[in-house]
Amino acid sequence: MPEHAPDIREYVPYFAYKGKYPGVLGWLFATDHKRIGILYLVSIMTFFFIAVGIGVLMRINMLPGLAIFTPQQYNAAFTLHGIIMIFLVVIPAVPTIFGNFFLPILIGGRDMIFPRLNLFTWYLFITGALLAMVSIFFGGGAVDTGWTFYVPFSLKTTVNVPLAVFAVFILGMSSILTGINIVTTTHQLRAPGMGFFKMPLSVWGFYATAWVQILATPIIGITMLLVVMERLFGIGVFDPSKGGDPLLYQHLFWIYSHPAVYIMILPAMGVISDIFPVFSRKNIYGYKMIAFSSIAIASVGSLVWGHHMYVSGQSDTAGIIFSFLTFLVAVPSAIKVFNWLATMYKGSIQVEPPFLFALSFVFLFSIGGLTGLFLGALSPNVQLHNTYFVVGHFHYVIFGGMGFGLFAAFHYWFPKMTGRMYNKPFSVVSWLILFVGFNMFYFPMFIMGWQGMPRRYYNYLPQFTDLHRIASIGSFIMVAGLVLMAANLIRAVFTGAKAPANPWGGATLEWTLPSPPGPEDFEEIPVITRGPYEFDKKEVSV
Amino acid sequence: MNGREDARAGGRVGMWLFIATEIILFGGLFLLYSMYRLKNPADFHAGSLELNRVLGTLNTVILLTSSLTVACAIAALGNGRPKQSALFVVATIACAFGFLTVKAFEWTAKFHHGLYPNAKVLLSLSKGENLFFGLYYMMTGLHAVHVLVGIGVLSVMLIRVLRGAITPANPVYLVNSGLYWHLVDIIWIFLFPLFYLIT
Repeated sequence: MPEHAPDIREYVPYFAYKGKYPGVLGWLFATDHKRIGILYLVSIMTFFFIAVGIGVLMRINMLPGLAIFTPQQYNAAFTLHGIIMIFLVVIPAVPTIFGNFFLPILIGGRDMIFPRLNLFTWYLFITGALLAMVSIFFGGGAVDTGWTFYVPFSLKTTVNVPLAVFAVFILGMSSILTGINIVTTTHQLRAPGMGFFKMPLSVWGFYATAWVQILATPIIGITMLLVVMERLFGIGVFDPSKGGDPLLYQHLFWIYSHPAVYIMILPAMGVISDIFPVFSRKNIYGYKMIAFSSIAIASVGSLVWGHHMYVSGQSDTAGIIFSFLTFLVAVPSAIKVFNWLATMYKGSIQVEPPFLFALSFVFLFSIGGLTGLFLGALSPNVQLHNTYFVVGHFHYVIFGGMGFGLFAAFHYWFPKMTGRMYNKPFSVVSWLILFVGFNMFYFPMFIMGWQGMPRRYYNYLPQFTDLHRIASIGSFIMVAGLVLMAANLIRAVFTGAKAPANPWGGATLEWTLPSPPGPEDFEEIPVITRGPYEFDKKEVSV
Repeated sequence: MNGREDARAGGRVGMWLFIATEIILFGGLFLLYSMYRLKNPADFHAGSLELNRVLGTLNTVILLTSSLTVACAIAALGNGRPKQSALFVVATIACAFGFLTVKAFEWTAKFHHGLYPNAKVLLSLSKGENLFFGLYYMMTGLHAVHVLVGIGVLSVMLIRVLRGAITPANPVYLVNSGLYWHLVDIIWIFLFPLFYLIT
């Protein structure tokens, strides 16, 4: 018998049982997938708000007459913002928080297949995070290369590059092991009757993502190791003075870092695919197409990295091929969008907070995706490369897409994770503020970029003043929305009304469990006889 | 929480996935090697002449033997002979140390000749040779780290086999360690011709 389950017949919430270790140790040594999910949740959200804070400071800096940073500090600020957001928040967030918490439940298992390895990934994650933080204060100070660590600058700059890139290496290991755990769990631990096409689409999202984590992350691992070795021993493989080719660094970096974009977005798309049918009270439209499109995005998306390098001097032939493949990825992405919209058609739509976040996900992701096509086309890219257009584009995709997907997941699964319900009107208000602020913040970036405002610049020409001002004010509104949303959820953890087992009338397995689930999830492993979105007729009228 | 049965069944799958990630990790280096060799064929040839083929061959023989012994260790355990299995694991570890010793001699000799990154001698040579030796140290060094890790893993397996924690019914840890060791071996099988034998 597992050590932490004294008696599964008597229901105790997963966060309240008395295990082998008391108090905080019961969390730090937890092998229960739900507790590990919460460990990730707390740590990732902490990093998220740190990076949001840095972002706000940068926006203050861009207001006329408010230069709070020196140019060097500004370089460090956008680098830190990028490193923290990309490697500590956006890449791990959905797979580690919701993948850990819900993947085993969604397929009718009792835990991830390697529970101790699962906990180990969290320790690797924290180690990587601490190393990244430490690198700010020692050995020359905070990294100023941008999160891309491009050589040859990252070999020449005096700041603490080796420690920062080593931190990325450690975080990569954590990500790889999480991916292995998710793929193996999905293959081995599905309940009887849970065929691959009976799995909720969120599981397809986690599964496709995990493959990218496994197959792409080692490349960033070796690239970061090479930068460390360059800095420490001067092995010369990226150093032009010794014959090394900086372009190869860019190739290796983007071979990982473009697929990483799909690591970010795919699991969020999976969650959105779960949310649409529940709040439309209708089976998902085109289940298999959505499932396959996840795999298609994961595989084709791994072959488009060169579109980051159109102006780097790579060959025109390579540019044309990468451009073509980039346009090809838009097809499975569009399939998903159309299927979500078609799911709503003639559905009985209930506008609850998770659904609002899911809807805005589709809106923002579509803008982000379509502007991505501008950038993926060869000739406009020459004009738009390294401008605010790019910054606007990826914030629409990553924040508007993955971020809103994350918030949708929070609001959707919150009652299951905590056993309590948040204040719904309040979260609708916070969503509205967030949504308005977001667009006011990032949309002007498209215009500025189109007009030639370069990214990562400390200062700007006078004609950009108004748009920068609008963007900065938008960022303050957006952060107000974020803080309200977080406050509402945190308050609900302690004082929210008790949530029923199935507040949204969902048909996937997590809603068959009490809120919150007990330590063993299922008293008996269920036998699956129906699809994840076949709703009970009785529940429809609720 | 799973029973241990599930973890056993998944252990093999997980290990193969892990091995795939290791191959991709080295894959990045092989990619760099291919590009730089394509650009500097003559320099890479000159670089490979500096390496000691006899020692390289010796190390290849040692590693191939160790792959055999680790396979024998798994077979012996399957036949219900844990003591014999433990002996084979010891032989594998001994081979690993032998490999590292030879490697250490090779590296030391190169250092004496000034053939290491940032050394005056090496910097005075062509860019291609600088790249060759940069890659040589990086790739054989990373491989040596894997050999070290292998020694650690196999030592743990030795203790567990002797204590009876790994049994014929539950050999997955030993099998996985064997898989890892074969990985270390096969990477060397690619490194050896690329650095020592190319002309």
